[in-house]
Amino acid sequence: VAMELWGYRAMGGSCLRPFSCELGPLSRPDGSAAFLQGDTSVLAALYGPAEAKGNRELPERAALEVLLRPKTGLPGVGERSREQLLRRTCEAVVLGRLHPRCAVSVVLQVVADGGSLLSCCLNAACMGLLDAGLPLASLFCGVTCALHPDGSLILDPTTRQEQEARAVLTFAIDSAEKKVLMASTKGACSMEEMQQCIAAAQSAADTIFQFYRDSIRRRYSKS
Amino acid sequence: MAARGGVAVEERVGQVVLPGDVLVVPAHPDEDGERLRLGAPPAPHTRLLCGPGLRRCDAGLLVTKCGLLRHRQAAGGAYWVDSQQKRYVPIKGDHAIGIVTAKAGDVFKLDVGGSEQASLSYLAFEGATKRNRPNVQVGDLIYGQFVVANKDMEPEMVCVDSSGRSSGMGIIGQDGFLFKVSLGLIRKLLAPKSEIIQELSQLYPFEMVLGMNGRIWVKARTVQQTLIIVNILEACEYMTAEQRKQAFAKLSGN
Repeated sequence: VAMELWGYRAMGGSCLRPFSCELGPLSRPDGSAAFLQGDTSVLAALYGPAEAKGNRELPERAALEVLLRPKTGLPGVGERSREQLLRRTCEAVVLGRLHPRCAVSVVLQVVADGGSLLSCCLNAACMGLLDAGLPLASLFCGVTCALHPDGSLILDPTTRQEQEARAVLTFAIDSAEKKVLMASTKGACSMEEMQQCIAAAQSAADTIFQFYRDSIRRRYSKS
Repeated sequence: MAARGGVAVEERVGQVVLPGDVLVVPAHPDEDGERLRLGAPPAPHTRLLCGPGLRRCDAGLLVTKCGLLRHRQAAGGAYWVDSQQKRYVPIKGDHAIGIVTAKAGDVFKLDVGGSEQASLSYLAFEGATKRNRPNVQVGDLIYGQFVVANKDMEPEMVCVDSSGRSSGMGIIGQDGFLFKVSLGLIRKLLAPKSEIIQELSQLYPFEMVLGMNGRIWVKARTVQQTLIIVNILEACEYMTAEQRKQAFAKLSGN
C-alpha cells in the first residue's frame, strides 16, 4: 500500500486530466469562472453579498445558496443533493460573519459532463468565490477517485472509468491544513482504500492549488 | 505547503496572495510576544494597520481575498490586498454615487450597489433647513460620503463635510452618462496622479465623477465625446499600460 501511495504522490498532477480555467467570463454576475477538467466543464456565476429576501435572511451571517443547473432539463433530486454538498463545503470556507443579513448565491451550470462532475463543480465554485472577492478563510478543491475492480486507483476519472469502477469517491480538500471538508462516496470500499483515496486526493490537491495560484497570478499580471 | 508555514510579509509585497496564506509580521525588537498578548498598549509608531483582505490570526496575518499585497510605510506600516472586485461593500468615509430609489419622509433611499440601500437625510445637503428642502427626485444621481457604514447597520450617506460645505458633493446634473467598472479600476483612477486621468484630460475637456462603488459619471461637450471617454475607460479594465498608450496615441491623432 505504501508503495502505491508513493506512486501517486510522485506522479502528482500527471494522473489528473488536463484542466483549465477562465476567470470572469460573464459580465453580469459579481464573480464568475469557467472550469474545465478534461471533457467536463462547469460555469459558475456568483452573486453577492446581496440583499437577502424574506425568510432567507440570517441575523448573524450570510445566507449561502447553491443552484446546480444540469446540462439539459430541470434540476432533480440528484442535483438537489449535490447542491447541499456544495453549499456545506462553501460555508466551511466563506467568512459569512463579515456579511450578516446578506445573501450569496452560487449558480453552477453544467456545460459538459465527461466524468468527475462533482469535483469540477467544487473547483468552479471555489474559483467563482475567488473572482467575486468574498472573504474566505482558505481555498478548497475537489478531487474524484475511482476504485477499479482490480484494486487500482484512478484520479479524476472519465464517465467510462466511473461506470466501470467499483466505487467512486469525491473529496473536497481545504488549502490551509489539507483537511477533508466534504466526502461523497458511491459504491463499496474498505477503510484502507478510503484512506488511500484521501491520501491520493490530498497530494493531487497540491497540483490544483498551484494551478489556482497560477490562474490568479495570470489575471493580476495585467494590472 | 509554503503558505501554511507562513511567509514573511515583506517578501510578498507586490505579489499575488490567495485566501488561506499566512503572512508573518516581523516582531518589533523591543516588544516580545508576551507583552503583546497581555494587552500592553503598543507604542503608536509600531501599530500595524491591517487593511482590506487581511485578518489577524495567531501566526500573523491571514489573507482572506485574492489580489496583490500592498504596503504603505506610515505610522508602523499598513498592509492590504488590492483585489479586482465588482460588488461594492460600503466603507465609512468612502465617496460614492447613489441612485435615489425612494423618498420616505425625512430620508431618501439610495442604491449604492451594496447589499443594502443607503439612507440620506434631506438635511444633509449644503444650506438645507427644515423649510428649505433640497429638490431631489426618484432616479436622481447623488454623490455623497458614507458617515455610517458597518456590517450590522444600514449605511448612511451625507452630502456635506464636517464644516457644512458641499465640497463637490450633492445632486449630479441632469445629463451625462453613468456606467459601472470594477472596483480595482476605480481605485486606479482615484490614485494621486493617475496616468489614465492625466492622459484622458489631454484629449478633451470633460467633467467626471468617480464613486468608490464602481460608478463613473462622465459629461463632455458633445454626446459623442462623452461616449468616447466612456469606451476608453471601459476598455482600460482589460488593457495594459502599453496598450492604453497606443490607443490614446491613435485617438489624439484623429
